[in-house]
Amino acid sequence: MNDFIHGSLYGGGIIVVLLTVTAMALWFERKMAGRMHSRLGPTIVGPFGLLQPVADVVKLLQKEDITPEKADAALFNLAPPMGAIAAIAVAAVIPFSSSIVAADLEVGVLYLLAIGALGVLPVFIAGWGSNNKFAMLGGMRAIAQSVSYEVPLVLAAMVPVILSGSMKVSDIVAYQAAHHWMVTWPFFLGIPAFAIFMLAMLAEANRIPFDIPEAESELVAGITTEYTGMKFALFYVAEYVHTLVASAVGAALFLGGWDGPFAPGIWWMVAKTLVLFAFIYWTRYSLLRFRSDQLMALCWRWLVPTGVVLVAASAVWVVFAG
Amino acid sequence: MTQKPSHRVDPHLVIEKYDPEAELMLMHFGPQHPSTHGVFRMDLFLDGEIIVKAVPHCGYLHRAVEKLCEKLAYVQITPIVDKNDYVAPMTNEQSLVMIFEAMLKLEVPRRARWIRTIFAELQRIASHLLWLGTFSLDLGGALGGGTTVFMYCFRERELILDLFEEVTGARFHYNTHTIGGNRHDLPKGWSQKVLAAMDTIAQRIPEYEAMTTQNRIFQQRTRGVGVLDGELALELGITGPILRASGIDHDLRRDAPFHAYDEVKVNVKTAEGGDCLARAEVRVEEMKESVRLVREMVGAVPEGPINSGKPVKLPVQTKIPVGQTYVGIETPRGELGGWLVADGTQFPYRLKIRPPSLHAVSALPYLLPGQTVSDAIAILGSLDPIMGEVDR
Repeated sequence: MNDFIHGSLYGGGIIVVLLTVTAMALWFERKMAGRMHSRLGPTIVGPFGLLQPVADVVKLLQKEDITPEKADAALFNLAPPMGAIAAIAVAAVIPFSSSIVAADLEVGVLYLLAIGALGVLPVFIAGWGSNNKFAMLGGMRAIAQSVSYEVPLVLAAMVPVILSGSMKVSDIVAYQAAHHWMVTWPFFLGIPAFAIFMLAMLAEANRIPFDIPEAESELVAGITTEYTGMKFALFYVAEYVHTLVASAVGAALFLGGWDGPFAPGIWWMVAKTLVLFAFIYWTRYSLLRFRSDQLMALCWRWLVPTGVVLVAASAVWVVFAG
Repeated sequence: MTQKPSHRVDPHLVIEKYDPEAELMLMHFGPQHPSTHGVFRMDLFLDGEIIVKAVPHCGYLHRAVEKLCEKLAYVQITPIVDKNDYVAPMTNEQSLVMIFEAMLKLEVPRRARWIRTIFAELQRIASHLLWLGTFSLDLGGALGGGTTVFMYCFRERELILDLFEEVTGARFHYNTHTIGGNRHDLPKGWSQKVLAAMDTIAQRIPEYEAMTTQNRIFQQRTRGVGVLDGELALELGITGPILRASGIDHDLRRDAPFHAYDEVKVNVKTAEGGDCLARAEVRVEEMKESVRLVREMVGAVPEGPINSGKPVKLPVQTKIPVGQTYVGIETPRGELGGWLVADGTQFPYRLKIRPPSLHAVSALPYLLPGQTVSDAIAILGSLDPIMGEVDR
């Protein structure tokens, strides 16, 4: 019972904070993109355009909620909330400080990989249920992409698990706090694993240069083509939450999580997450998009073999040097 | 001349024969599509994501300009053709006005010819900048790196539009060319502003190169994609950067000089390969060459009148004697020609405009089959078709 209360309180709190941060992340992204484009970004709504996300949401709420006549209504309506839930659920096992964690599962890493992988299902459901050719192509691309990138993601996440000897995310962070951050030592395992992890996470979250499923210049809006109003917004929320959570997971597994001097753990965790998040958006506005087959080639030719080597090397390292 | 390739795509593939089970997906690509923005449609027959056959459909932007011109006096036609190639209106006007001048056997003053050359080169930079931006947008997405290049390109294009605005008072549809010369003379201090703008652009072109033609993702997306061999390009009547990217050294600015191109040296840029990357490289190189030309010419514009100076009481009453002629000039997109049949009245009997983009679009059925949907966008973008000009 105690666990239940703890879980609901912390979980509820984390969800509220996460969604608020997502809204502000939207503002941050637009402002940052604006600066990168040598323009101003949102300035009209509120000071520095800070209320822009509110205006966006209000606008989306006013939009007509359309279900296409020929669409599979049940699947079509199921996909957006499912996507958002799958994205938010991952946050449950992330330790934001030594005590702030909704559910510190024994198999935390397995849980977050499994739930993260679930995120492809709503994408496919949306692509199939929309009864739209662009959406279907987007859905097909998403399946291929997510299933492929699941492999390097798991391999990369295995490295900190092997090195720290635990699947519990808080244990991994505690191990890093006691020893070294994964990216600092052994860096020849940590840095490549971190890079693969972030790349695969980007691909899972459909971020540029891997945003092929919704490639708007090719597939109109990909899976979200037929969606309007808040259903459309839910896909966006899912995408942003996924990016945010991916940053948090990356920070926890590789950058020492809440470990850091001078300030309470929560600040370090938030700072690391946001830096990774900003980095993702920096990449997003700098790079062009890959083609689907090139993306697959990158995954199977480079990321998977490297991941296998890294996992094997970590095992050897633990046995002989650790 | 290159060898005729045996593997040329059959653009008239009969889908019923190729696919009797009807398993291909027919995708109407446009007109309601972000990359064709309402003015163009391709019917793509898809096998998975691979295109089997592509049928481009033009005509969404047809305004009957040629017919309209038959009801307009000669001086009234210039502002209309501005809207044909709305990315390079200057060269449109020039091509048209030059037909009338050829028919009237009017000598254009040297100063006016120099000004026209500078305008044409500035317009080329502006047009290629816009192309580079939108092409990156096609490759990189409206919410990604593509927008960044797009915004940068528009920032620099703005400089050129400002320059044009200062001379003509209009940012886009200038109507600055009249029969026998120019309407607006260059204002004082304009050349300094041009040089300053050219400095900015020359300094930033390497930045674009780093973001596009030298970027690995860009290269992977464009190299070997949409290869157009030179012979097919010639057969289809393709001109301009697309032809030059296929290795054919052809540029009317050098081969049939008009304006003041006979007084300056134009280095024609070509590339081998004929793929999207070659087309991008040719255009970027052309921008550099145009910057060089403008820098060279703007300080040396000769003094003198800017039009042939024949006072006309009613310009609308300008009559062109019976006859016909064809004049073609090199615009940013290729050879823009006009064929005029005059019947001695103040209206043309027939005015046929030969747009370079129409010929570029006609290459699509040859280029698309065998490529993926993603490549289709890259190929369409690399041909730089302006639908206002294709459909007229």
